[in-house]
Amino acid sequence: MLEKVLIANRGEIALRILRACKELGIKTVAVHSKIDGDLKHVKLADEAVCIGPNPSPQSYLNVPSIISAMEITGADGVHPGYGFLAENADFAEQVENSGFVFIGPKADTIRIMGDKVAAIKAMKAAGVPTVPGSDGPLSNNEAKLRETANQIGYPVIIKAAAGGGGRGMRVVENEQSLINAINITKTEAAAAFGDSTVYMEKFLQNPRHVEVQVLADGQGCAIHLGDRDCSLQRRHQKVLEEAPAPGIPEEARQAVFTSCVNACIQINYRGAGTFEFLYEDGNFYFIEMNTRVQVEHPVSEMITGVDIVKEQLMIAGGHPLSLTQEDIVFRGHSFECRINAEDPVNFMPQPGMIESYHAPGGNGVRVDSHIYSGYRVPPNYDSLIAKVITYGIDRDVALSRMRIALDEMVIEGIKTNIPLHDDLVRDEAFKKGGVNIHYLEKKLGL
Amino acid sequence: MDIRKVKKLIELLEESNINELEITEGEDSVRISRGGSAPAAVYAAQPTFTPTAPTAAPVSSESASEKPLDQPVKGHQVSSPMVGTFYASPAPGSPAFVSVGQSVTAGDVLCIIEAMKMMNQIEADKSGVIGAVLAEDGDPVEFDQPLFTIV
Repeated sequence: MLEKVLIANRGEIALRILRACKELGIKTVAVHSKIDGDLKHVKLADEAVCIGPNPSPQSYLNVPSIISAMEITGADGVHPGYGFLAENADFAEQVENSGFVFIGPKADTIRIMGDKVAAIKAMKAAGVPTVPGSDGPLSNNEAKLRETANQIGYPVIIKAAAGGGGRGMRVVENEQSLINAINITKTEAAAAFGDSTVYMEKFLQNPRHVEVQVLADGQGCAIHLGDRDCSLQRRHQKVLEEAPAPGIPEEARQAVFTSCVNACIQINYRGAGTFEFLYEDGNFYFIEMNTRVQVEHPVSEMITGVDIVKEQLMIAGGHPLSLTQEDIVFRGHSFECRINAEDPVNFMPQPGMIESYHAPGGNGVRVDSHIYSGYRVPPNYDSLIAKVITYGIDRDVALSRMRIALDEMVIEGIKTNIPLHDDLVRDEAFKKGGVNIHYLEKKLGL
Repeated sequence: MDIRKVKKLIELLEESNINELEITEGEDSVRISRGGSAPAAVYAAQPTFTPTAPTAAPVSSESASEKPLDQPVKGHQVSSPMVGTFYASPAPGSPAFVSVGQSVTAGDVLCIIEAMKMMNQIEADKSGVIGAVLAEDGDPVEFDQPLFTIV
């Protein structure tokens, strides 16, 4: 078991990691930027180290500073959370080269999954269904490109290999715009990611975003913790998630679960991970794998009773998986609302002082948040300030509990997107279940 | 950054009631601060020193109305620019780079901070006399932690 873990993150996920460490008797080191000295997890940690000024590149992305903090505190492992350095293969490598444990997969695995072309190739080899596509990077041969697109069938989407998370993509409706679109996307990719490699896929018109949570110990064992539906998105940012994904034929679901577990074993995956799919008409299509704990992990925890962050810590400590697939029993339904410090109408970030905070509670209500009355939300980082998670024996109960919880929640002093969530949890189409990834933007008239 | 600009900045500081001014222009940066007496706040680890050391700026007549700073430090504070281990001397057993009461010139090495097996020399960013040494040999230090005062 790891003895002392440095938490290389901030906000709600840092607090989540701290709590899991405490449960396992692991000492905690909170690193923070100058302005983040008042973060809740910093106050609760055994040790705290200021690692830099407020801008992320000089603090939460500052690799030497973080590794140095591990040295001076004698931490033996680092948990990167999500975002920041969580999927930075170079960071994982430097951590391990410096003699510390990176809580996550090996650097090579992160690297492969970060290259979307390589990831798709690895998944195909492992039997995971993928989107019909170019099956590799696009060449410069215009005739070949037209042929590929015709084979796939319009509309197609051009994607940057070094992109992901919705960035570096362009939809092409017809042959006339194909070559131009490819060239523009390549230029953008080179500028944004330093790599102009692009690939092509069939553009699915009305897919849902369904993802599969896995846990693997890097010692030959892997299990899945079911799926999540994250179709409610705005500009590729998830807003409201649920587990399990409603209305999926059981056979298709089980088949994709099996393929994900097999893929983990084949690539000798280590840690927590998520396979992201587009789901349309009974078919799953792999788009990318996230080699980290995700924001929405709590909904999977609620329906399985598994503590994903604790599992990450134990796996990193060298323990084989303590759970088998048979141990995992799926029960009930769960939702998560991401509460952001933003204007509910125009989505402008709203940093500022939280004058009054009251968390909802009660049966089946969980709140993962670092905020407190008197906490000042800084302008330098993302706007997620709380996650409200509900659980119920079925989808209706869980959704009803979410409505009640949102009504109870008080955050005064700053604007939040709670009004948007109030609207979503009463939306007729959402109540039925199975809305696609364009639904929210259409609803908002974007 | 040319000397006329620096002189202008010093004048600006003297005419105002700000205590410290730091300007960065590309790769150049200059920090100018007011020395001399600070509000009567006690700083626990501080050895006594006389507040009549020569300074670049005159003692402000508004010092009585200054609000106490977060850290009640007399003189200009040299803070750690990085996370690491503080070493007061160039090698174990050798004498410390500086001690209280010693005169230093801007650019003199005050200490070493070790980070990731690399020894980083930390230089004085202004000239003056060492007022206090605020970290001990071998201490872990964080970003912006006060290390010395120069008066």
